[in-house]
Amino acid sequence: MTDSAANARRKMSRLEKRNTLIAYSFLAPNFIGFVIFTLVPVIFSFALAFMDWGGGQNVTFVGLANFRYIFKDFSFTKSNLGIALKNTVFYTLMTVPLTLLCSLCLALVLNKAVRGANFFRAVFFFPYVASMVAICVCWNFLLMKTGPVNQILNAIGFNMKKSWTSSRELAIWAIIIVSVWRNAGYYMVMYLAGLQGVPAELYEAATMDGANGWQKFTKVTLPMLTPTTFFCSIMMVISCFKIYDVVAIMTQGGPGRATKMLVTYIFELSFGGEGIATSAQYGVASAVSMVLLAIVLAVTFVQFRGEKKWVNYM
Amino acid sequence: MSATKKSFKTMTAGQIVLSVIKYTVLLALAVVALVPFVWMISSSLKTSVDVFSIPMKWIPEEFHWENYSLIWERVPLMAYFKNTAVLAIIVTFMQILTSSFAAYAFAKMSFKGRDLLFMCYIGTIAVPWQAYMVPQFIMMRSIGLYDTIWALVVLQSFTAFGVFLMRQFYLGIPNDLSEAARIDGLSEYGIWARIILPLAKPAIATLCIFTFVNTWNDYMGPMIYLTTDIRKTIQVGLRRFIQAYSADYNLIMAASLCSLIPVSVVFLFLQRYFIEGIATTGMKG
Repeated sequence: MTDSAANARRKMSRLEKRNTLIAYSFLAPNFIGFVIFTLVPVIFSFALAFMDWGGGQNVTFVGLANFRYIFKDFSFTKSNLGIALKNTVFYTLMTVPLTLLCSLCLALVLNKAVRGANFFRAVFFFPYVASMVAICVCWNFLLMKTGPVNQILNAIGFNMKKSWTSSRELAIWAIIIVSVWRNAGYYMVMYLAGLQGVPAELYEAATMDGANGWQKFTKVTLPMLTPTTFFCSIMMVISCFKIYDVVAIMTQGGPGRATKMLVTYIFELSFGGEGIATSAQYGVASAVSMVLLAIVLAVTFVQFRGEKKWVNYM
Repeated sequence: MSATKKSFKTMTAGQIVLSVIKYTVLLALAVVALVPFVWMISSSLKTSVDVFSIPMKWIPEEFHWENYSLIWERVPLMAYFKNTAVLAIIVTFMQILTSSFAAYAFAKMSFKGRDLLFMCYIGTIAVPWQAYMVPQFIMMRSIGLYDTIWALVVLQSFTAFGVFLMRQFYLGIPNDLSEAARIDGLSEYGIWARIILPLAKPAIATLCIFTFVNTWNDYMGPMIYLTTDIRKTIQVGLRRFIQAYSADYNLIMAASLCSLIPVSVVFLFLQRYFIEGIATTGMKG
């Protein structure tokens, strides 16, 4: 081996090093902020779940005491965690399929040649952009005791005597309705993108084979949309488990504990409802957060496991 | 596409019926999507008593435009607007700057540990914010950012999502362009500024609207971090307004409508980018 080859190699590795340094310099502004304000708190919250801390000087390691506290007398009808879990799961199980169904329908109608498609697309999407507080106030009003929705329902024979948000049975439905109404437009856009990706040849082939419209839909469109459905359902399940805003503005978890969600519970423990708590239980709050995190990860994992069974990639 | 866009003359009776049904369904759905907003406008122009009248009236008997001037006197709404605008603009600017910068390294450079680092970034998107908001809050308080707008600025300026979005777009820009510039002796920073960034305008527009809208509409962050009334953002301020004047639904609706205006304007002008951006970032995982 000649000197020049060794030199070239040394030069190369110096170049590589320099390259890596430049790459890091590109990452640095975002990465430093990201590590300090996101990654460190994430790690810190793991530790906090095993501590007893009210925000003052005294921090003590308590092992699993926080978890024992939240799982004490666990039941879906009595304990705080049980109720929050039950409500969150119910909300997720109702909201995800309903939103998927609505957004798929919207996308299917808009995907056909329609005059003013852009206008309708913007209209359906608009609720997603509008602020949560404004939306919730408005829906609170629409769902009031003598509000428009109840007036209509009474007129067609139902007997609505309560406002939705103060009824134990209907309060959670009020939240589901608002969520579906708000998010349908967003996932509609996802489905529209998915529909664009279905090759026209498949429909032509199906037509040649004599398939009718319904068969084309169930045998071509739906299977080809499974990657979209998979992606949307994962995103939505995660965001449903994190539900907070709508609940905080519309019902504050009430009436009673009828709409108490996991995050509502975390919030009460750390901030005592709204504002700063007088007796914060950060350790317990972190323990509940870990339960939330575990559930989100587990559900995502299960969904990915099921991916091979029902998702068709081309 | 064009097959169904035939003029009425060439359509059969069955096709006409079908398209009538199609548009009826579409209009009905549009009404469902928009009815709350129409109701908002209508109520905001009524008196506080008329709002609750039975049967409901969609068009107010008298138009009370003064509601829109009253709301500014009741609470420091103007301050809320200003705070939110400042916050949204700073955060949007920071996000675009740091994200477009970091995404360049992920998409156009090769270095050790690139893919692993990128996976870590993406992984944190799945961790719910609520799981670490408490430690974050404690940290902010200990470094003295509590009750200032800066707490929210540093929390929202460095997101993995922005990096992800920009990277996905950069990947679509041919590598030949950056290679050619490298041979011509342009530094990496030069390539980023003069070649990649100008080509990434649609992605920047998307991230811009996303961030602006999210920051403008954020409720939980400002609620935790801002306590002094005059420092609050519009969403939290609106909530305060609602609690203080719960009987005056007309004023609440007027204030809510005002809070929607800036986002609506941004959305109307840039909705094409916005919707396309969601579609591309969402699907090319």
